[in-house]
Amino acid sequence: MDAAVIHECLKARFEARVVDCDLKAKDPFIVIEPTAIVDVCRFLRDEPDLRFDSLSNQSGVDYKAKGIIQIVYHLYSYPHRHKIVLKVDAPRDDPKVPTVEGVWKAANWLEREIYDLLGVTFEGHSDLRRLLMPEDWIGHPLRKDFVEPEEYHGINTRRESPLR
Amino acid sequence: MGLEGFEVEVQQVGKPGLETEEMTLNMGPQHPSTHGVLRFVIKADGEVMREAIPDVGYLHRSIEKISEKVGYHGFMPYTDRVDYVAAMFCNQGWGMVCEKLGGIEVPKRGEYCRVIAAELNRISSHLIAVGCMILDIGAMTPFFHAFREREKINDLLEELCGARLTYNYMRIGGVAWDLPPNYAEKVLAFLDQFEPLLDEYNDLITYNKIYVERLANVAVVPAEVAINYNLVGPNLRGSGVQYDVRRDEPYSVYPELEFDIPVGKGEVGTVGDCFDRYIVRMREMKESARILRQCMKQIPDGPVIAKVPRKFKPPAGDAYVRVESARGDMGWYVVSDGSEFPYRTKIRTGSFSAMSIIDWMSRGLMIADLVAVISSLDVIAPEVDR
Repeated sequence: MDAAVIHECLKARFEARVVDCDLKAKDPFIVIEPTAIVDVCRFLRDEPDLRFDSLSNQSGVDYKAKGIIQIVYHLYSYPHRHKIVLKVDAPRDDPKVPTVEGVWKAANWLEREIYDLLGVTFEGHSDLRRLLMPEDWIGHPLRKDFVEPEEYHGINTRRESPLR
Repeated sequence: MGLEGFEVEVQQVGKPGLETEEMTLNMGPQHPSTHGVLRFVIKADGEVMREAIPDVGYLHRSIEKISEKVGYHGFMPYTDRVDYVAAMFCNQGWGMVCEKLGGIEVPKRGEYCRVIAAELNRISSHLIAVGCMILDIGAMTPFFHAFREREKINDLLEELCGARLTYNYMRIGGVAWDLPPNYAEKVLAFLDQFEPLLDEYNDLITYNKIYVERLANVAVVPAEVAINYNLVGPNLRGSGVQYDVRRDEPYSVYPELEFDIPVGKGEVGTVGDCFDRYIVRMREMKESARILRQCMKQIPDGPVIAKVPRKFKPPAGDAYVRVESARGDMGWYVVSDGSEFPYRTKIRTGSFSAMSIIDWMSRGLMIADLVAVISSLDVIAPEVDR
C-alpha cells in the first residue's frame, strides 16, 4: 500500500487529528496530533490491510527555530512489505508525548534514548531512565542550545585544538 | 580420618527450614564475554535468573552529535567507529543516506566495489561472531581457526583501502579507490580455500554434542516477539522470518545478484533458539562467498565515484535508508537544513534492538546461559552506545 492510501485510511478514521502530510517527500510522512499517536499506532498495527508490526526507528529532532521537538516514527510492515513515516510535534519548552511502548516493545529503549539525549518525556513509559549518558548528567546533549559543562566529576572537558 | 580443628560449624538459622532470598549479581563492565564494555545487573534465585538488566553507555562517544559539527564528507571516518567489526556497512549506510538526500547516483562499478567490500566484511564479522560464541561456550580451538581466516580477509581489505579495521573506504557518491590489480584472483583464491573450511568448522564444532546441548532450546525467541522488539538480521532470521533488506528493500546492485536467505528451522531444538541464530550466520558466510564470486564475474568497467562537490550541501529535507549490515538492518536517518553540516543524524543499529530484548530473554534462564544469549545475538557494545 502506498503512502497516499495509508493517509486516506488515517484521515477517514482520525479526521482532524491527522494534522498534515507530505506525500511527495523522499520518505512520505504524515503528521499526527501528539494526543492521538497511540491510537493511530495501534490502528496501523492492527488493521489487517496495514499491519505495521514493527517500529523500525524512532528519533527526535530539535527544531529550535520553530520551537518544537519532533518525534519521527519509521514504521515497517513485514507481512505487506510497506512503510510509512509518522511525525509528532511537541513544544520545545515542555515536550511531552504519550509512549508507544504498549504498541511495540522496541519503543522502550528508543524512547529512553530520546529522553536521555533530547529531554522528551514519554508519558506512561514503564522505565524512563537515562540510557547512554551517566545518571547524574545535567542537560540533554542533542538539544541545539546544549552547552557542554566545563568539567564532569573534576575532569576538565576543555581541550586546546591541536590544529590551532 | 577427620581434620581436627577444621570442623565446620553448621549455622543455625533463626527460623526452621531454609530461607531463600533473591541475589543481585553484577556482570561487567569488564567481562570477557560482553564483547566490549557493557554491564548487566542480574537478579538471581539460586542459579536461575529473574532478570538481567543491561546497563549500557560505557562506550558512548556522541557520534551523532559529532556529525553535526564535522560536515557530510568529514563524518565518513567517524562512521567506522559505530561498528568497528563491520565498518564497511556503516560507511555504506552514511554514503547511501547522503546520496538519497542529494540525489546522487553512484556509478555501477562503484556499487560493485561497495558490495565486494561489504560482503568480505560480512564474512569477517560473522567469523568473529561465531568464533567468539564458540569461545564463550568453552571451546578454544575453533576460535583460532576462525581468526586465521579473518586475518586473510583483513589482508584483502588492507590491500583495498589501507586499513584493517576502520576502513574509511567509501565516499559520498562511490568509493575512494578502485580495486587493486589482480584483486579478483586474490579474492577468488581466498574463497576457494575458505569455502571447504566452512564444512571443516561444521565437523569440528557445529554438531558437537556438548555445543549443541548448550544452545538447543535455550532462549527461544518466537517470530512475533522478535518483530515486536525489532530484532533484525541474523537474529530475526534465526527466529524463522525470511527477511533480508538486500532482497526485500533492495539497494545497490543486489537485485542483479543471486543468493539465498538462510533461516532458522529448529534443526536441533526449537525455531528461534541460540543454535538457530548461530547456524544462520554459518550459512550466510556461504551466501556471501556466492555473492562475491558473482561480483567478480559481473563487475563492469568505468568510474568508481560520481562527481560530488567538495562543499556538499544537500537540499533541506530528511531521508531514511536501511542497510543490511552484518548485524542486520541498520537504519540511518538524516535531517538536512540545506547547509554543509547535517542538522541531525540518527543511527539505529542491530545491536541496539538485540540488547533491548536481553532483559526479556534472560528471565528464567540459568546464569551460565546468559553468555550464550549475548554471543548468539552478536551484540557489539560500541554499536549500542554509538
